[in-house]
Amino acid sequence: MVNIIVPVKQVPEVTEVRINEETGTLIREGVQSILNPFDEFAVEAAVQIKEKLVEKHGDAYDGKVTIMTMGPPMAREALLKALAMGGDEAVHLTDSAFAGADTWTTAFTLSEQIKKMDFDMIICGKQAIDGDTAQVGPELAELLGIPQICYVRHLELSDDEKHVIAHRETDEGYEVIKAKLPLLITATKGINEPRLPNIMGIMKAKSKPFTEVNAETLGTDPSLLGLNGSPTQVRRIFPPERKKGGVKIEAEDPKEVAKKLVEFLAQKGAI
Amino acid sequence: MGLKYDRDACTGCMLCPKVCSFGAIEKDGDKVKFDLDKCVLCGSCEEVCPVNAIHIERKAVDKSAIADHKDVWVFCETVDGRLRSVALELVSKGRQLADDLGENLVAILIGHGVEEHANTLIHQGADKVMVVDGEVFGTYTTDAFTIAMTSLIAPRKPSIMLFGATNNGRDLAPRVAARLGLGLTADCTGLEIDDERQLVQTRPAFGGNVMAEILSPYKRPQMATVRPNVFKPTEQDTSRAGEIERVEISISPVQIRTQVLETVTEAIEGMKSVEEADIIVCSGRGIKDPANLDLPRQLADLLDAAVGGSRPIVDLGWLPPSQQVGQSGRTVCPKLYFALGISGAIQHLAGMSSSDIIVAINKDPDAPIFEIADFGIVGDLFDVVPEIIKEIERVLSER
Repeated sequence: MVNIIVPVKQVPEVTEVRINEETGTLIREGVQSILNPFDEFAVEAAVQIKEKLVEKHGDAYDGKVTIMTMGPPMAREALLKALAMGGDEAVHLTDSAFAGADTWTTAFTLSEQIKKMDFDMIICGKQAIDGDTAQVGPELAELLGIPQICYVRHLELSDDEKHVIAHRETDEGYEVIKAKLPLLITATKGINEPRLPNIMGIMKAKSKPFTEVNAETLGTDPSLLGLNGSPTQVRRIFPPERKKGGVKIEAEDPKEVAKKLVEFLAQKGAI
Repeated sequence: MGLKYDRDACTGCMLCPKVCSFGAIEKDGDKVKFDLDKCVLCGSCEEVCPVNAIHIERKAVDKSAIADHKDVWVFCETVDGRLRSVALELVSKGRQLADDLGENLVAILIGHGVEEHANTLIHQGADKVMVVDGEVFGTYTTDAFTIAMTSLIAPRKPSIMLFGATNNGRDLAPRVAARLGLGLTADCTGLEIDDERQLVQTRPAFGGNVMAEILSPYKRPQMATVRPNVFKPTEQDTSRAGEIERVEISISPVQIRTQVLETVTEAIEGMKSVEEADIIVCSGRGIKDPANLDLPRQLADLLDAAVGGSRPIVDLGWLPPSQQVGQSGRTVCPKLYFALGISGAIQHLAGMSSSDIIVAINKDPDAPIFEIADFGIVGDLFDVVPEIIKEIERVLSER
């Protein structure tokens, strides 16, 4: 039996986020909140492992895929989507005391809950597309005292169900890594094609076990949570300098335009 | 703790909703109200409020807890015995930070048979190089390197600890941070020392749509991963002298819980890494057929450039994932970037918009890539690129 926990995050669809040029602030109106795309790989990976084990052991198999998040009440939507994809149950850590958490505190808060649960494997997405830090996964692994394999694009559970073989993306290619459970994986593109939840899945999701946890039921010292517990602090947020376009010319005569380009590059010292 | 709003003191000037990047402040009658689910407690509103009606309560900094930490440390990653270029960038930037603080710069070199690089790091600007050498460090593993880093940091108390934001750097740094209970800022593109001798860490967020300045006020060392190719290495000074200290760290095999069975290099023979190249020739959907990639390859060979691809062509398997530029691939900032047949989706722009010079060639005059291109050519890349190759060959032959 392999119990898997998948920590996920609800994120704004950053490709739709635009800057108000006058005020330099983010325009969030009409921007959808979605299940972090990398977390979809993680959910799919967990569900596929479970499906294979159900096939092998029959319906008596009772390993679970638990989806978990820390976030505001609306983050429930992300959990429901993951349940619709095949997660068995969900845990929602939600409390204003969790607000303002940086990556360390997020990992810590998740670890406080996970320590109360049974697990053999934790599968996270490589990173969330709003913060792009890729830190919560490894920080969580450390706080739970388990090994990690980050940026996994291929994952297999051994026949004895005690090890994994993973392909970990490196800057040059990949490594084939073997490790014993329990462990934490962060999933990246290529590991699978996340399924689209079907109507049946969406209907079922609403009746799956769903637990809400607040700061009190978590039972952790509040000075370690949220902004209070965070070792980093955001000092300022500002719009990036936008690169402005330069010349744009029609290539009616490719020879002529090539000449102009090379002149331009030579002048800039680029070639 | 958290955000405190004094509604009575508020004059309803409506400055704060204008500076909130997160849409967490709304007009509420003649005053405002806060949506704490959207608020990230960044303090932008606190800063602009003319009557101090907004206050973000934060922990006090215990100065005595951080006073005995000094020196700037940089982790210098090697791959196949070779120093990664980001190591030299970190030493150059670290040198500047150490000078601003009036402290020493220490380079950390962990591997097997890597000591030969110690002098390079000294010539690049390090005052001291700590070398941890051993067979167990020949291949990167999270466990061995975490033990080595934490054993070095804990007793020696540096004030700043920087890592390159490579796959290994981003695997190692959070593990070290969590073990030591430290803050960590990911993928920084700006680092500065402020008046209070704190490290101001600037990084992009929301797919590059905003920049955030992050501090680690409470604990030391202040840790950050630094995006490769942002800080340029300075000239090396071969007359520079420095200290080399060898540190023994023994690790038993049982402490390493992941076993690397095989290391596979996917980069095609002679294909440069997009993260380390000064010039990148990147192709998108407009290249139409994998056989046509010979054209960007020719241009790349001529300029000693890396060949890159946008997400669609990497997804099609025309180039390996190591060559993908963009949000779900690599972030690059070369001196010169050619975008061939790339329309310029925001995910692609997020990965390359900080390149020094961007040249875009696309048939569609309305392609978003032209909004940021320094030199945009509206035309068929199959007509234009061969002419560019000829012209560059001609110019180079005349030099």
